[in-house]
Amino acid sequence: MPRMSFREALNQAMCEEMERDPNVFLMGEEVGHYQGAYKVSQGMLQRFGEKRVIDTPIAECGFVGIGIGAAMVGLRPVVELMTFNFSLVAIDQIINNAAKIRQMSGGQFKIPIVIRGPGGAATMLAAQHSQSLESFFCNTPGLKVVMPSTPADAKGLLKSAIRDDDPVIFIEAELLYSEQGEVPEGEYLIPLGRGDIKRPGTDCTVVAYSKMVRLALEAARRLDKEGISVEVIDPRTLRPLDDELIFESVRKTNRLVVVQEAPPHSSFSGEVIARVQRACFDDLDAPIERVTSLDVPMPYAGHLEAMVLPDVDRVIAAIRRTLYLE
Amino acid sequence: MSCPIPGEVRPLAEDDPALQLRQILNEEGEADAGAVAALGLGRQELLRLYRGMLLIRVMDERLMSLQRQGRIGFYGEARGQEATIIGTAAALGERDYIVPALREAGAAIFRGLPLRLYIAQILGNANDVCKGHQMPCHPGTRAARYVTMSSCVGTQLPHATGMAYAMRLTGDEAIVVGYLGDGATAQADFHVALNFAGVWRVPVVFVCQNNQWAISTPVTLQSAAPTLAHRAVAYGMPWARVDGNDVLACYAVMREARMRALAGGGPTFIEALTYRMGAHSSSDDPSRYRDESVTEAWRSKDPLRRVERLLERMGILDAAGVAALRASLDDEVRETVAAEEQVGPPPLRSLVEDVFHAVPPHLEEQLAELLPLSRQPVGARTHG
Repeated sequence: MPRMSFREALNQAMCEEMERDPNVFLMGEEVGHYQGAYKVSQGMLQRFGEKRVIDTPIAECGFVGIGIGAAMVGLRPVVELMTFNFSLVAIDQIINNAAKIRQMSGGQFKIPIVIRGPGGAATMLAAQHSQSLESFFCNTPGLKVVMPSTPADAKGLLKSAIRDDDPVIFIEAELLYSEQGEVPEGEYLIPLGRGDIKRPGTDCTVVAYSKMVRLALEAARRLDKEGISVEVIDPRTLRPLDDELIFESVRKTNRLVVVQEAPPHSSFSGEVIARVQRACFDDLDAPIERVTSLDVPMPYAGHLEAMVLPDVDRVIAAIRRTLYLE
Repeated sequence: MSCPIPGEVRPLAEDDPALQLRQILNEEGEADAGAVAALGLGRQELLRLYRGMLLIRVMDERLMSLQRQGRIGFYGEARGQEATIIGTAAALGERDYIVPALREAGAAIFRGLPLRLYIAQILGNANDVCKGHQMPCHPGTRAARYVTMSSCVGTQLPHATGMAYAMRLTGDEAIVVGYLGDGATAQADFHVALNFAGVWRVPVVFVCQNNQWAISTPVTLQSAAPTLAHRAVAYGMPWARVDGNDVLACYAVMREARMRALAGGGPTFIEALTYRMGAHSSSDDPSRYRDESVTEAWRSKDPLRRVERLLERMGILDAAGVAALRASLDDEVRETVAAEEQVGPPPLRSLVEDVFHAVPPHLEEQLAELLPLSRQPVGARTHG
């Protein structure tokens, strides 16, 4: 299997889908001549031309709204946001329009749009450039939310997202773009709503997604040396959520830790925990733990930022608490 | 259009060309025969325009009274604005799309939305193609190429630009019309929609129904520009100011804008100056905030009366004919309302439909838990 970076896998997914379907096009700030702010669209302008790889004026509410309009008459736009922090400028278009037009029209107008781009903290970019906003989108009926953790998942899920008939929010961790991994060649699709066991184990289940999967796997490796076997589940798609995969794992390990980069209040981890306590109440041997960002806007200073974000030590401590080892 | 020199803001003189309105049919219902002939509208077509306008008037009266009786939840009438709605819609082709604001439903009916489906949508009954999901005055009909309205003022306009981009990309020989009110010109989405349309030169026409009131906010508090059409200058697109109570002038400017768009000449902004004779909606009472003597003065500009005079002069329809047509439309609306009120509510299952392209398992589960506890009637058949 060829190895490639996360950004190359995304690029390959978009190129393959644009070759396959003339109704797919890419639009966003600097996606064309500049080849993308994070070079995800490298070479696409040269390959597909200006009509299908469109550099837009700087106005997120504009080009997200334009994508929605194009989708209403049958196209399949992929809209790149320079970062998901800027999705808030377009939030009316996403929540009031993309998510609702199918329902409000009784199914007459579908919105097959993918809104994608980097999200989460990078390094020392402060409050308006470091947010994990997935819980906002997960709280909106009508949207699907995807957050891949590996290049292979990124490719397979983005191809499915582009073919999906509903609006998909596709959030890529900025710090994963250069991550290398093996990616299957040719047609490779991962259905939305199917999670993946990233590491099998028997003593505690850790649910993590996007770049938090790396933390979970590192915590599992270190705890393995102590004889603690951790199972890491990556839902990959936060909405729809593959809760059965999580339930199966908890029924085996009887313990659960949920790791997310987003702040804790009213967030995705709360949804996972609510479902697990209802479905697996008798299976749980310890209170469910979660590891999240501190409940503050992200500070700029490096040592403060490091305190806000989840890290391996905090994940290990949470796992040990579920095993009554702390 | 003349522009003030940098740094200077001065009011335009009353005779400034930028302030003039295109007019064909004056307030007395008089029109230059040559100008009317140049529109290429036959006698049947003129009558059809009038019928479309009159239906809006009759429908509004009936449905407002239904709202007052508590039989429907909400209504926003278009009284006084019928000429802009029908005049601009009549100049469109079958493949063109309408992206409406609040008051253009008459255009959907004019383009073929059956009255019974419009009433069904207002009642939210089992015949409603929107399945009781959307509020009154927000119909959507793919068949008439009239999309479901977005309630957040102005946010529909980027959709219009995007649809026009799609038409160019797919080579569709059609245009898109995005309607808006004067209030929407202050909204960010208005500016981005016009900016993108200007940069890309896509086949879209923006029709601003300047009825001079955004609920209680007068147009003078929306903009410091001499006219709303001045905004088009900044986005590099042609504009027209038209008497919005003159159905023939509205038809003419839309026809020109459409031809230009189809020929690759890009977008146009039309400011139709009219007046909101009624309230913003059934939730509003304008007598609390505006001088209704101004409203009274606008009665002499009534768009329907002008056409009636023209039709009479041309021997197409006399006063008795007008009365008969009005009575027959009124009967049609009353009978349709009565019939649709007999239709049951949409099935409860429609609650979980169309949120996604297929009903997901978690919604099936939620509905299954909810149904045994519900006191609502299960509802009629699913709409086909």
